[in-house]
Amino acid sequence: MYDGGKIITGLVIGLALLLFPFFYTAGKAARAPERELTAKAKEAEKCIEATAFMKTGHMKLLDEWRDEVVRDADRYYTSNLTGEVHYKSIQVTCMECHSNKTKFCDRCHTYAGVDPFCWDCHIAPKESE
Amino acid sequence: MNFVVSIVFSGAVVTLLVLIPWVGVGAFDLRVLFGIVIPYAAVITFFAGLVAKVIGWGRSPVPFRIPTTAGQQWSLPWIKANRVDNPKGNGGVVLRMIFEVLLFRSLFRNTRMEFRNGPRITYEFEKWLWLFGLLFHYAFLVIIIRHLRFFTEPIPFFVKLLENLDGFMQIGIAPLTGYQLPGLFLSGMVLLAAVGFLFLRRLLSAQIRHISLPGDYFPLFLIGAIGFTGILMRYLLKVDIVAVKELTMGLVSFHPTIPGGVGVLFYIHLFLVSVLFFYFPFSKLVHLGGVFLSPTRNLANNSRAVRHVNPWSYPVKTHTYDEYEEEFRDKMVEAGLPVEKAPEPEEEASEEETGEKE
Repeated sequence: MYDGGKIITGLVIGLALLLFPFFYTAGKAARAPERELTAKAKEAEKCIEATAFMKTGHMKLLDEWRDEVVRDADRYYTSNLTGEVHYKSIQVTCMECHSNKTKFCDRCHTYAGVDPFCWDCHIAPKESE
Repeated sequence: MNFVVSIVFSGAVVTLLVLIPWVGVGAFDLRVLFGIVIPYAAVITFFAGLVAKVIGWGRSPVPFRIPTTAGQQWSLPWIKANRVDNPKGNGGVVLRMIFEVLLFRSLFRNTRMEFRNGPRITYEFEKWLWLFGLLFHYAFLVIIIRHLRFFTEPIPFFVKLLENLDGFMQIGIAPLTGYQLPGLFLSGMVLLAAVGFLFLRRLLSAQIRHISLPGDYFPLFLIGAIGFTGILMRYLLKVDIVAVKELTMGLVSFHPTIPGGVGVLFYIHLFLVSVLFFYFPFSKLVHLGGVFLSPTRNLANNSRAVRHVNPWSYPVKTHTYDEYEEEFRDKMVEAGLPVEKAPEPEEEASEEETGEKE
């Protein structure tokens, strides 16, 4: 090798950078977090829409609710799943059942590295341990 | 190759690459193959290929310095030398490499030569390739670092920091029906825009179209498809992100799992990325490592100051005059020919003279 020392050094540094996630995770088994449902949520058995939709689309629903409530004073949402009418409010409706924010919302958000801006304005429910 | 053929060929290959996991996961449920086996094989190929390439380049002799410089060489004290563009030592070389790797200085130097007003040559401003190349590479870097959130737990601070910078714009749900996320990551859009430019540049400029091959179009289409499926997944056709992270963390911690509920779109994205990893070491994309080994950038221009011996020079058998005289001295003296060193026993006086020479 010509200038072998320098090239190998550079190669090792480059590989170390590229393999960073493997070193960082080595020895750790990072299981996906379990969402915890409150007794009330368990009893209700279903959310306002299908679970699969709520998993991937809740942020859209909440964002639309915000715009509709703030801009059009449109406060009532009819579920496509059950046809029931719900009051559009994260604090009053969502957190009514999902009162355990840290165990229901935060676990997955932290795991996926998502920072929802809900609580920039809204007040998170008080949780009692 | 005709550029239409090149484009159609590259486009067809990328389309096929989208269809393979679509059918494989969608119809045959080969989740282990597309979620575990192929990604691991791709990553192994990538690293083995990259190391082999770099070692191969390292073993190639660089017999002399190639001073393709844009600055005055260091020579005499009263001639002002350019220490960065034409470095004589390692410090200048490091600076030149930093400019090259981080800022693409060679591309910045680009000008367009044109004939204007008859036979007069003009050099026009032409920085678009530099600009969009820079945008493309930095957007790609930001995207890769952002993706570390799927490969680390807990997520390091710099990933969050970069995410916050990248996502400082919110565009809300409104602009597109079905658009599902208020936050916007600029890097994704910049990447697609830059890919678009780089493609149009190859298509619209006659000279560049002429030298473009499938090997140029295919990576652009592939990276475009990766970006597009990623954007689809994030903003439009959602996937269960927690399940996705479970899969990626499984890969990176060597405890691979296939969680349920991950849509086929994710497998398409993953497969395209795997293909990129496979393809990387064998294509022009390996300039990731190659840029550090550009002989015109990473060698000091000391061709005059230091003697460089060609490493593959054949050890030529020489017969110097000294050796020649040593062999034939007696005969030369006999024939009356002048010799540098007189034979020893005969003349004592000349011995002193030759003694000085030695």
